[in-house]
Amino acid sequence: MIAPNSLSWFARHELGLAWRDWSAMMRAGKPVRRSVLAAIFVVVAIILHAIAYALIGSWAKAGIGPDKQTLVWLSGGGLIFFTVMLSQAMESVTRAYYARSDLDLILSSPANPRALFAVRTSAVALTTVGLAALLAGPAINVLAQTDGPHWLFAYVVLVALSAFATALAIAFTALLFKLVGAKKTRLISQIAAAVVGAGFIIGLQVVGILTYGSLSRFTMLNSADLVAAMPPDTSVIWLPAKAAMGDPVALSFTVLAGAGALGLAILFASAGFARYAVAAAGLTHVKSAAQRVRTSFTMLSQKQSLRAKEFKLLLRDPWLLSQSLMQILYLVPPALMLWLNFGQSSSIYVVVVPVIVMASGQLAGGLAWLAISGEDAADLVATAPVSPRDILVAKIQSVIGAIALVLTPLLLLIALGSLTAALVTALGCALAAGSATAIQLWFRCQAKRSMFRRRQVSSRVATLSEAFASILWAGSAALLISLPALAIIPAILAVGALAFAFALRPRG
Amino acid sequence: MGSSDLALEIKGLSKSFDRPAVSGLDLAVKKGEFYALLGPNGAGKTTILRMVAGLLQPDAGTISVFGHDAKRDPLAAKRIMAWVSDEPMVYDRLTPFEYLEFVAGLWQIDAETAARRATDLLDWLGLSESAHARCGGFSKGMLQKVALAGALVHEPSLIILDEPLTGLDAGSARQVKDVLKARVARGVTIIMTTHILEVAERMAERIGVIAQGRLIAEGTLEELRASASEGSATLEDIFLDLVARNEVAA
Repeated sequence: MIAPNSLSWFARHELGLAWRDWSAMMRAGKPVRRSVLAAIFVVVAIILHAIAYALIGSWAKAGIGPDKQTLVWLSGGGLIFFTVMLSQAMESVTRAYYARSDLDLILSSPANPRALFAVRTSAVALTTVGLAALLAGPAINVLAQTDGPHWLFAYVVLVALSAFATALAIAFTALLFKLVGAKKTRLISQIAAAVVGAGFIIGLQVVGILTYGSLSRFTMLNSADLVAAMPPDTSVIWLPAKAAMGDPVALSFTVLAGAGALGLAILFASAGFARYAVAAAGLTHVKSAAQRVRTSFTMLSQKQSLRAKEFKLLLRDPWLLSQSLMQILYLVPPALMLWLNFGQSSSIYVVVVPVIVMASGQLAGGLAWLAISGEDAADLVATAPVSPRDILVAKIQSVIGAIALVLTPLLLLIALGSLTAALVTALGCALAAGSATAIQLWFRCQAKRSMFRRRQVSSRVATLSEAFASILWAGSAALLISLPALAIIPAILAVGALAFAFALRPRG
Repeated sequence: MGSSDLALEIKGLSKSFDRPAVSGLDLAVKKGEFYALLGPNGAGKTTILRMVAGLLQPDAGTISVFGHDAKRDPLAAKRIMAWVSDEPMVYDRLTPFEYLEFVAGLWQIDAETAARRATDLLDWLGLSESAHARCGGFSKGMLQKVALAGALVHEPSLIILDEPLTGLDAGSARQVKDVLKARVARGVTIIMTTHILEVAERMAERIGVIAQGRLIAEGTLEELRASASEGSATLEDIFLDLVARNEVAA
């Protein structure tokens, strides 16, 4: 018998909710048999393992020793995972303070909020390690199968890193509450999470571009100069890498550091949890800062009114801003590469153009969902004397406008070097953004804008088709520059992905 | 009553989901009338109003709004109509002033006229101080008043309200009722569903009682009293009596 309101009681409650949440996400709100889910899981796992084997199989078969190059490579790869984990943890910990679903009920009950905080932040650590295991698992399994089972200890390192990432996220969020207050913490934390998530990878790419002229994030890690500049292999900075390779002392230290950091963070931050969560709850009852006071309206057409409203809402959405910021940040390395290689080599466009095309597709997917499906006043717009077609056109125009705003500087930069490359980029971006928007149109379902983070849940087909179409248009654009005769192949596949989505769109 | 006197004329309206929600409904509301639609939960009131507002397609039947066929010429019908639901249709990240500007843009109201009306409405509804703060921090009552201001800023001839007083405090409810009364005095037609029978009793000129998707009774309070069983003094008594008799008959 578990005592009510105890740590284990909360843990069981949270576990039940998390399971239902995960199950709903996997089933996308539709009744799907467990056997079908299991089959999908197995197929995805096989594909991921095949990719991992193709990437590292031959390297692992040759035998991996704990030399400095390997330590640099493992630590660098680990750091990429760690930044992703930290980004995810920051976002989740912030939500633990701000998500209101049952917080009002629990905080108004005689339950101990410290126990709830401990359970929720531990759940963040578990979710984070789940994500990391999903990404790194195939590589770890391939290493364990080819080089030896000691690589399975890398899973333990992932747990320790996840605990450490969660501890950092807790400390950062608590510090923000203390320094800037509940009103600004969420926005700053979301933006910081986006920057952290993309920051390290982008940093590697930027250093790679500046030093070696390559966009690959692994160029830097393979560099002999970097290896030579790093501390000796007896340094403590290599402990996580050594732990992943099965070194028992390094493993013990890594696990203790991760668990200790999380324990301490929970211990110190849980005291202020109820206070900060209540402060965050109070935000919904406080008037926002007064806007610029106007006493007159601007006469706009119906479509202009719709577009103006969409732009205002897009610009005032901190969650969307942070997500878009992350996608825009990924455009920094190609922009830098363009800048540095301006007028020197045309081969640069083969690398840069697909990155921009893919980014435009991804950005368009998010914006299109917000504009087309995420309508908070659906009844108001539907009862207005505007034809559904005009509403749709205005919403699509606002998506295109936002994309154009982001991409125009890059297109201009490319056009200065090569008009052909700029035209190909513009065409690729238009096709990728158009495909993402069309898919969002076919799969539209009215939802509150606050459901943005769960948009992928509404349809796996839409999400996958959107991703495939973007990748294939990016490939087609790259080939159009380098091997034009072959560009038709990914283009046909992209049209196929669209046809697949169209055939599976919900009817009625 | 000729068709030219009618603000709303519904004939043979039907809609089914898993089961029939509205079955062959005929309803006529006169111009300048305050009409209350009552009925138990799930009776089909909201479905009827959503079909009138153009938010649901009927399976059968016709809807005429001031002579405009809502099915053939929905934009003409929408131009003179406003819809307010119990869930306020307001954007968290817009201010009431910006929201009203957006609504004025949708209904293509001249900017100067719309700004003047917006200022008056916000003042009338006690929202002047919050006119330039984002709606995200507003209470349910404030949001409902912003939504109502949005419905009134284009001066519709027909206002459809679905449970507009749900969740409002006494003061806010009074403000909303006063605004609606003033509109009726200016010749606007109002159709409203409500669970607060006292509101229907005091404000409505005619009351329609819906049960199982059909209009089971209609008339002024006196006419309904006459048709109900003896001893039904209040609208609540009459309503419960009519619904119970309908259930027995079904």
